[in-house]
Amino acid sequence: MIQLKVNGVEQSFGGEPEMPLLWYLRDVLGLTGSKFGCGVGLCGACTVHMNGQATRSCVTVMRNAAEKEVTTVEGLDESGLHQVQKAWMKINVPQCGYCQVGQIMQAAALLDSKKKPTDHEIDEAMSGNICRCGTYQRIRAAIKAAAEEMA
Amino acid sequence: MSAIENVSRRRFLTGGIVAAGALVLGVRYYRNLLPGDKLPHNTNADRATLHSSDYLGINSDGTVWIVAARSEMGTTSRTTLPLVVADELDADWKRVKIEQAIGDKRYGDQNTDGSHSIPSYYDAMRLAGAAARFMLIQAAAQRWGVPAEECETDLHIVVHRSTNRGAGYGELASAAAKLPVPKRGELKLKPKSAWRYIGKRKVSYDLEALVTGKAIYGMDARLDGMMYASVERPPVLGGKVKSYDDKEPLKVAGVRQIIPIDPFQQAPAFQPLGGIAVIADNTWAAFQGRKKLNISWDNGPNEIYNSDTYKNELRATSHSPCKVVRSVGDADAVFAKGGKVHEADYYVPLLAHAAMEPLVALAEFRDGKATLWAPTQNPQAVQDIVSKELGIAKEDVICHVTLLGGGFGRKSKPDYAAEAAVLSKKMGRPVKVVWTREDDIKFDYYNAVASMYMKAALGADGKPTAWLQRSVFPPIPSIFDVNAVYGDPAHLQQGWTDIPYDLPNLRIENGPAKAHVRIGWLRSVANIYHAFGIQCFTDELAHAAGRDPLDYLLDLIGEPRTIDFKGVEYPNYGAALDAYPWETGRLRHVTELVAEKSGWGKRKHGKGTGVGIAAHKSFLTYVAAVVEVEVNDQGEVRIPRVDMALDAGLVVNPEATRAQFEGAAVFGTSVVRTGEITATKGVIDQSNFQDYPVARINEVPNQTNVYIVESDAPPAGVGEPGVPPFIAAFCNAIFAATGKRVRDLPITKLGFS
Repeated sequence: MIQLKVNGVEQSFGGEPEMPLLWYLRDVLGLTGSKFGCGVGLCGACTVHMNGQATRSCVTVMRNAAEKEVTTVEGLDESGLHQVQKAWMKINVPQCGYCQVGQIMQAAALLDSKKKPTDHEIDEAMSGNICRCGTYQRIRAAIKAAAEEMA
Repeated sequence: MSAIENVSRRRFLTGGIVAAGALVLGVRYYRNLLPGDKLPHNTNADRATLHSSDYLGINSDGTVWIVAARSEMGTTSRTTLPLVVADELDADWKRVKIEQAIGDKRYGDQNTDGSHSIPSYYDAMRLAGAAARFMLIQAAAQRWGVPAEECETDLHIVVHRSTNRGAGYGELASAAAKLPVPKRGELKLKPKSAWRYIGKRKVSYDLEALVTGKAIYGMDARLDGMMYASVERPPVLGGKVKSYDDKEPLKVAGVRQIIPIDPFQQAPAFQPLGGIAVIADNTWAAFQGRKKLNISWDNGPNEIYNSDTYKNELRATSHSPCKVVRSVGDADAVFAKGGKVHEADYYVPLLAHAAMEPLVALAEFRDGKATLWAPTQNPQAVQDIVSKELGIAKEDVICHVTLLGGGFGRKSKPDYAAEAAVLSKKMGRPVKVVWTREDDIKFDYYNAVASMYMKAALGADGKPTAWLQRSVFPPIPSIFDVNAVYGDPAHLQQGWTDIPYDLPNLRIENGPAKAHVRIGWLRSVANIYHAFGIQCFTDELAHAAGRDPLDYLLDLIGEPRTIDFKGVEYPNYGAALDAYPWETGRLRHVTELVAEKSGWGKRKHGKGTGVGIAAHKSFLTYVAAVVEVEVNDQGEVRIPRVDMALDAGLVVNPEATRAQFEGAAVFGTSVVRTGEITATKGVIDQSNFQDYPVARINEVPNQTNVYIVESDAPPAGVGEPGVPPFIAAFCNAIFAATGKRVRDLPITKLGFS
C-alpha cells in the first residue's frame, strides 16, 4: 500500500506501483485538472508539484510518489485563485487552455524559487511546457505580471 | 428553469463543459426529458420563457441563455458569436449563460473549420438578438399603452423615456413570448455607434475555468461504470490484422477484454482504421495491455510508400506539363522567345496537427441509441459516422461537444468517436477511447506533402513577363475516393488560382499525386505550401532584379483592382464573390501598413540578421507579415520580432483576433523549424515530440505585433490566415540574414536549428 498526500489529503493506493501518478490522479481520484499530453515527459501538460517541485506526473510512477506531498491545480491555492492564475486571466493567456494548467503549475514553481525571473530564466524554466496554440508571448508577460504582484 | 443540477451522486458525471471543482455538475440532456419537451435534446434556451430562436432564450428571472452551436478549440468562437447575440439584444453580458449545443442540424453547419464561424454566422447571431429585442419592446409598449416606436432598450431593460418608465427583460419575457416572432424585414439592427461588445476587448467566457483546471475537455469526460480503451491500429493505411495474442494482454492487471475493430471499407473517410482494442479499468492498464498484443499485420498496397522516393516523384511530375487550372495571356509564347528565366522548386512535407489534447472520445450505446462526449469540431459528422457504423438512425446519435484541447482541423474528422461508439456497442458499457501521443502522430490526416515548380520570364526591368506555377500534392478528396489524384477547386483556390499579381501572361497548373496516407485539413491547409512557393519565389525574383523585396512585391500586386475569376472555378471559401470580392487594394494596404509599422528599410541589420516580407490572402482575410531573424555562426535561428497586419473586414473580437495571429506565428514557426512527417514502407517514422518537435517558448518569436485594419466590410476569418504569410516571410528573412534560400521545409535540411 502506497501512502501519499494529495492536495493535503492523505491517500492510500493499493494498485500497480508502476502506474504513473498522472493516471492515479485522473482515473482513480478524478482530479482531471492535470492533463495527458505526451506520456513521456516532453510536453509538461501533466505538471504537478511534488514536495514543492514541478514534476511531470506522466513519468512519475506511484512507487516514487510514496510518502510525497502532491499538489495539483485543484489544490494550488486555498482561496481559489493563485497570483499566477490571476495574472493568466489579466493577460488573457489561454486559447484552447489544455496546456495551461501545466504551464501555471510550472510558473508557480518557478516563482517560488525565483522572485523576479529574467526572460532567459523564464525560457529555461518554461521550455519543457509546450503550447500548440502559441500563447508563449502572453505566458512570459503573465509570469512577469505575477512576479510584480507577488513582490 | 435552469437545467443544471448536482448529479454527482448519479451515474451521469460530466456532460457540461465546466465542472465546479469536486462538485461535478452535468448539464442534462436526453435521458432527463422534461414534460413538454418535443425533442430529445431541448436546450435551456428552448425551455426558456421567451424562446424566439434556436440560439436564444430568456427566463423570467432575466437570465439570457445563448446557444453556442460551434466548437471551442481556442479561437474563442464559443464566446464571440454569443457576444454578437448579446450586443444586438442589448443584454447584460453578466446575465448571459452560454450553453454548448449538441450536434443538431437545426443549427446549420456546425463544422468549426475553415475560419468561418464569424463570416457565416455573424448575421444569424445579430438577427437572433434583434428578434428578441423587437418582441420585448412590443411587449413593453403593449403593457404601457404607448407606440412601440417610442420605446427603446438600454442594458437588459426596455425604456419609455418620455414617461420615465422601464421594464427588465425578465419581467417582459412572458408577455413577449405570446407575440409572433418578427420577420426579418421588420427588424432594425442597432447602429454601429450603439454597439456594446462588438469590436471591444472581450475575453473568453470560460477564462476562469481554463486557468483553474475546471474546464472539461474530451479527455476529462467521465461516466460512472465506464471502461478505458486503447487501440493498436494498422501501421500502414489499409492494413489488416493477421493474428494477435488474445491471452497475454488479459494477464495485465486491470485489463478486462480484447475487442477487434473491423478495418475500413473502400476509402477511409472517417471510419475507424481497424485494429485491436484493449479494454481496461483505467487508461494506463489499457496502454500496458496493448503492448502484449503481438499483432501480425497484412500491410497491403500502401507498403510501397517511402517519403524520399515520393518526393522525387512529385517533383518529376511538376517538371512536365500538368492540368491547367487558370490561364491568362500566353505564357508559353513568352517562354519560347527565350531570354532571362528564373525557376525554382519548392517543397513542404506532410505535417501533423499535434493538438495538445490527443484524440479521445467517450461513448455509451444503450437501448439502440448512442450518446457521445467528444472534443469534436464537427458533431454532425460524429452523428453521421456513428449512425453508419452502428446501423442506427442519425437522430439516435447524440453528440455532446466538450471543450477541445486544440483542433487545428484534426478534430473535424471523427474516426476516433466512431471507435468509441463501436466499442461501447460491443462491450455493452460506456467506453472511453484514449489515443496516445504516438497514436495521434502516427494516425493523423496529414496536411498534404506538396511540390511546387515556379518559373518566370523576366523583362529588362526585372518584372515577370510570363509566370508559370505547378503544384502537385495528394488531395484531400482522396480520403473519400481512393482514385482522386488532382487538387480540387476548394484547395486550389487556397493561394494558388488566386495569385494576386497583375501578370500579363500567367499559367497555373496542378499535377496528379496518389495518396498513401490519410490527407486532411490542417490549419491554413493548402495555403501553407502555396503561399510558401509564391511568396518566397517573389522574394527570389526581387533579389535577382536587385530590387527591394517590399517594392517589388507591391509592384507585382499592382494597382488596386478586383480579381476576375472568369473561367476559373473559384469557390471563394463558400462566400459570395459580390459580398466578398478579391480586392488587391486591400492586400496592398496591409503590405504597406506592415512595412510602415515594422520600420521596413529603416532598421539597421547587422551580420547574421535580416528581415523578410510576405503578403497572402486566405479565408477571405488579407494579411502581410514582416519577420526579423538572427542567425549565428552555428546556424541557430532566433526570431526577435514579428509584425503582422490584417484586414478581416469587421473584427468582432479584436482581443481574440490578436491572439490568433500571435498563435499563427508560433504555429508557422513549428512548420519552418521542424515540421516534417515522413513514412518508410508506409509506416510513419515519427511518434512523439522528440521526433515531431513543435515550437517551445525559447524558439518562438520574442515579440509579435498585430495591426488590425479598421473596416466595415463583412467579417472574414481569423483563425488560419496568419500562418501562410508568416512562414514565407520567415524563410525570406533567413535568406536576407544568411544568403541561403529556403526551398525545402523544414530548415533543418539546410543545417539551421
